[in-house]
Amino acid sequence: MIDFSPQLVQLLAIDGERKPRGDFDPWVEDLDGTALLALYRDMVVVRRIDTEATALQRQGELGLWPPLLGQEAAQVGSARALRHDDFIFPSYRENAVAYCRGVNLTDIVKVWRGNAQSGWDPYAVNMATPAIIIGAQTLHATGWALGAQRDDVDSVAITYFGDGATSQGDVNEAMVFAASFQAPVVFFCQNNQWAISEPVGVQAHRNIADRAPGFGIPSLRIDGNDVIAVMAATRMALDRARTGGGPTFIEAVTYRMGPHTTADDPTRYRDPAELAEWKTRDPVLRLHRLLNSLGQITPEVEAATAALADAAAAELRAGCIGMPDPEPLSVFDHVYATPNATLERQRADYAGYLRSFGTEHDSAEQNRKA
Amino acid sequence: MTTLMTPAIVSTVPGLNAPQPTPLSETKTLTMGKAINEGLRQAMLDDPKVVLLGEDIGALGGVFRVTSDLLAQFGARRVIDTPLAESAIIGTAVGLAYRGYRPVCEIQFDGFIFPGFDQIVSQVAKFHYRTQGAVRMPITIRVPFGGGIGAAEHHSESPEAYFTHTSGLRVIAVSNAQDAYSLIRQAIASDDPVLYFEPKRRYHVKGEVVPELGLPMERAVIVRPGTDVTLLTYGALVATARDAALAAADEGVSIEVIDLRSLSPVDYAVVEASVRKTGRLVVTHEAAQSGGLGGEIIATITERCFSFLESAPVRVTGFDVPYPPAKLESHHLPDLDRILDGVDRVMGRR
Repeated sequence: MIDFSPQLVQLLAIDGERKPRGDFDPWVEDLDGTALLALYRDMVVVRRIDTEATALQRQGELGLWPPLLGQEAAQVGSARALRHDDFIFPSYRENAVAYCRGVNLTDIVKVWRGNAQSGWDPYAVNMATPAIIIGAQTLHATGWALGAQRDDVDSVAITYFGDGATSQGDVNEAMVFAASFQAPVVFFCQNNQWAISEPVGVQAHRNIADRAPGFGIPSLRIDGNDVIAVMAATRMALDRARTGGGPTFIEAVTYRMGPHTTADDPTRYRDPAELAEWKTRDPVLRLHRLLNSLGQITPEVEAATAALADAAAAELRAGCIGMPDPEPLSVFDHVYATPNATLERQRADYAGYLRSFGTEHDSAEQNRKA
Repeated sequence: MTTLMTPAIVSTVPGLNAPQPTPLSETKTLTMGKAINEGLRQAMLDDPKVVLLGEDIGALGGVFRVTSDLLAQFGARRVIDTPLAESAIIGTAVGLAYRGYRPVCEIQFDGFIFPGFDQIVSQVAKFHYRTQGAVRMPITIRVPFGGGIGAAEHHSESPEAYFTHTSGLRVIAVSNAQDAYSLIRQAIASDDPVLYFEPKRRYHVKGEVVPELGLPMERAVIVRPGTDVTLLTYGALVATARDAALAAADEGVSIEVIDLRSLSPVDYAVVEASVRKTGRLVVTHEAAQSGGLGGEIIATITERCFSFLESAPVRVTGFDVPYPPAKLESHHLPDLDRILDGVDRVMGRR
């Protein structure tokens, strides 16, 4: 029997034991206790941010929130492997990546509060804002990589997407283009097992990682709940891209422990035993066990980490609740980069309409209360 | 009317503030296809960030030869023969634009644009708005459009209304060699995404081309002044409309022909001024009637110029049918006689 599938790469076992692997270990040689502790802090903080955002949605402060619970290692491990001049094209769930990138916490929830269609300036952090059309961003990453190639720089594009996205034409077209032009792009698939209610088996009859070799793209299948394996694989892929080796596909096998979004109800389609099984593979718990065995976990460290997480949650909550509503006439802003007479006329007409109720500000207040 | 035909170039117009390129040295007689080719060449000379993407645009020079010789001049890093995937042509152009490039995408035929439709309407059109102006999409999407060449299905369509209905896009349709040259340069220099429609049955028609940018691309042009009827069109039908105006003149009807050039935004200042003068409006396009640009323009003009109208405006358009087989297309496409029939109706002659 031919073995089509790359084996799952795991460097950190569920019980917290570090599993040596000659081909991957050189990429994470620098991960000493201090570095691992930093990754742990990131993961604890983003989990806390995620929980707080879910709470804010339940309290009516956010319209929607896509939780990343369970995917902390996949996101933190890959994000922390990047250079500042690398560019990230995420889907809508990569809030831990945004956190690692230094995006202001309030800006992360701006979209989900409905205040703007994107929360930050992509060029300030070299990370695009959430892409909601499934898989579309993989083409943007490939195009950006073609640009980097033409600029003769060694910056790399990385694009995040889920198992569901691998069924989209855009993702497949992106792999064709990336392979044809040997574009410096990393395809980072978080296979979290579920596309809303559809299990990964609906998207793929073989491992998702198996697809890329057919496009001429080397592929890695890693334990996505193992932050060390994630970082090793991402660094390996980035290095290939930087040195002219072209694209790499990474399937990070993980699990969406929460709902697809706060509007979803996974109890309608998911066996609770499955969730219980994946809870034993929890990425944060696993790293905690390793750190404990390394003597890195002390009561002081625990307290400091918890305080950091609580402070982040408090900052997020205050920033979210204190966010001013956008001005009514800003609905017309930035449709075009250049003047547009038709739109200017609509803006002027609507401004006049608002003025007919009194001041623009008053009418905005009325709209809010309505 | 002459002031409408030759207004001064407004310095605030998009693209015209870009560095002024070295113009071609002399006036030449070129086919429309060659004029676009010269415009592309000039744009690529002017700005190293201009790159071309499309199917068969390299060694072949495109199925209509519009990109002829550009691969030889600029190399494969700037003239990119892509795999056959329209969504990826547009989607990678988005990524290139993200990095500061000015991609020019060629869609081989009008009917082939739909695999790229999602990237155009969901990404290209929305990025600037989505990011509150942080990310610009200076992408030009060239589309050979329209019928009359006896082609197979999907090769003769007029899909412009899908794009004029999409906020965030600019839509241009050229009718002659001069505009083809000038407007492709303006489209590429624009910081907004531009759908640039090329009437494929006019590719081989020659005209004099002055190496200048000319009027801003969003300006409509009166190609023939008149006093009785405003006849509004764009693309290949501009030539037909001029013929109709000549024929009508023999019968004592004075038609003012407007070449819209910009389908989004529409230059309503020119259209309104004309209709206020003539009191009658006929709009003709190859695209189907329902939901088409003609209906939108007539509605707007009716709102703004109702008291000036002598009669109900008239549309002369393709029918609400899928593009028909070649042997039937002459029945579908507006021609001289159907346009004159529309003129008769707006004149109350039948």
